[in-house]
Amino acid sequence: MTTQNVIQAKSLDLTFQTNDGPVHALKGVSLDIAKGDFVSFIGPSGCGKTTFLRCMADLEQPTGGTITVNGTTPEEARKSRAYGYVFQAAGLYPWRTIGRNISLPLEIMGYSKAEQAERVARTLELVELSGFERKFPWQLSGGMQQRASIARALAFDADILLMDEPFGALDEIVRDHLNEQLLQLWAQTEKTIAFVTHSIPEAVYLSTKIVVMSPRPGRITDVIESSLPRERPLDIRESPEFLEIAHRVRDGLRAGHAYD
Amino acid sequence: MRALLPVVTVLAVIVGIWYLAVAPMNVRVALDQAERAGEVVLPEGSVPRREVSVWRLMLDNSEHVRLGYTLERPRLPTPAQVGQEFWKTTGEMVAKGRPWSKRGLIYHGWITLQSTLWGFALGTLLGIVGAVAIVYSRTAQLSLMPWAIISQTIPIVALAPMIIVLSSQVGIEGRGVPKAIISAYLCFFPVLVGMVKGLRAPDTSQLDLLRTYNASGMQSFLRLRLPASVPYLFTSLKVGIAAALVGTIVGELPTGAISGLGARILIGDQFGTPLAIWSALFAAAVLAGALVTLLDLIQRVTLKRMGMAT
Repeated sequence: MTTQNVIQAKSLDLTFQTNDGPVHALKGVSLDIAKGDFVSFIGPSGCGKTTFLRCMADLEQPTGGTITVNGTTPEEARKSRAYGYVFQAAGLYPWRTIGRNISLPLEIMGYSKAEQAERVARTLELVELSGFERKFPWQLSGGMQQRASIARALAFDADILLMDEPFGALDEIVRDHLNEQLLQLWAQTEKTIAFVTHSIPEAVYLSTKIVVMSPRPGRITDVIESSLPRERPLDIRESPEFLEIAHRVRDGLRAGHAYD
Repeated sequence: MRALLPVVTVLAVIVGIWYLAVAPMNVRVALDQAERAGEVVLPEGSVPRREVSVWRLMLDNSEHVRLGYTLERPRLPTPAQVGQEFWKTTGEMVAKGRPWSKRGLIYHGWITLQSTLWGFALGTLLGIVGAVAIVYSRTAQLSLMPWAIISQTIPIVALAPMIIVLSSQVGIEGRGVPKAIISAYLCFFPVLVGMVKGLRAPDTSQLDLLRTYNASGMQSFLRLRLPASVPYLFTSLKVGIAAALVGTIVGELPTGAISGLGARILIGDQFGTPLAIWSALFAAAVLAGALVTLLDLIQRVTLKRMGMAT
């Protein structure tokens, strides 16, 4: 691989066979994600954005086309623990403390006790949850739980972070705060992030690249390279540049919906 | 402490109904006894009285009704009589320094408890192993689950003598083993069903997460499915231990056993000593209550330590 492309998808197809006939979750999806990119996937329900993410994670098997992660198959990437995955629900184990939740992947991957403790402390600091190590999940707010689940995905230092609507269930104010934190985290760690969202402002605020998708069949209708600087204060969302990109995203979404 | 008032209220209502029921239940026996003692009873003779309802008898012989509360062999003993008999066969035995006397309920309760615990252990083990098989193997699910359900439709009283006969055929001495098998037979089912539900409690995203870590099957079993099933397991264990006790008592009933609470119930029936039956029943209820309470305590402590207290 001479290119710096972390993820490369070429005319990817995924068809689910259901009782009501085949459902084309993905059709002819091609996309390159470069190292260090922050790519958002936005589109209405059923547009295949989550399915695409799950293909990268080897949680779904495409029925056509090719996809590589770090130049290998998604399966090899998964087995070499190349990515961390964050689900919409924090999914912390209620019987484990926050610290032990974050060390879960480390235990499974066979890190030493000392290494586990060191990494848990480091990632907790990264998501600003130091001091909560011994708390149980129910003692934390929804936003803090989601931060802990991000820490869990960061703990084993994968270069890729796949995030499936991680802030979808949180309220606007918490969401703003977490968006800001996520950008800082991305700047600090230089990870490649693929991020599925329903929110236009969230997508525009976070991303270097916005992928607009549309349903039936699930496909990419527009790819927008953001012209915003990497350093983004929250009030950048009122700048004309931001609004222009948001406008283009909205147009793309509307075009995808033209037929219904 | 707030739970005490409703519990006491319900208890008081039950005892009240019990006392009220003693009068009609015992009126015939009481009138027979009064007649033999030379009292005037309406109508005369125990055979003609069979044609008359108990309510009529109580109205016509109201002065003899209270006799029904002090009979030696009542149809329905009063709670106080049961309490006395229970004390006589437990506490008094201890006071006399013979707690393990074969005439006392402590000895028989211990015999029943032993079989119950063996049956409970065996049934729980079978239930858990079966549940793991069902959750991990579709073949096991298709083949095991229907049999588990069918097994519970067979009346245990029909099966118990067969188990006793078969186990003596294969050379098992004594009744401990067959009783434990009968007990396990009743106990495994709630554990199986609860554990299947518990092991399947983690949702897809939690299983997917472990897949992204490339976790082995054993790792996801030990770290996710097993701990997730613990609350379900305890609920099942509480049902299971009560079922195990019932199984043991049933195993003692039709089999000519001479020790155990079930044997006491049967012997009490055969010798016409209802007080013995009732105090054995009472002992079984106390035993069941104690076992379930003990499991409840273990559940609370365990879940609290796991951070899952509700």
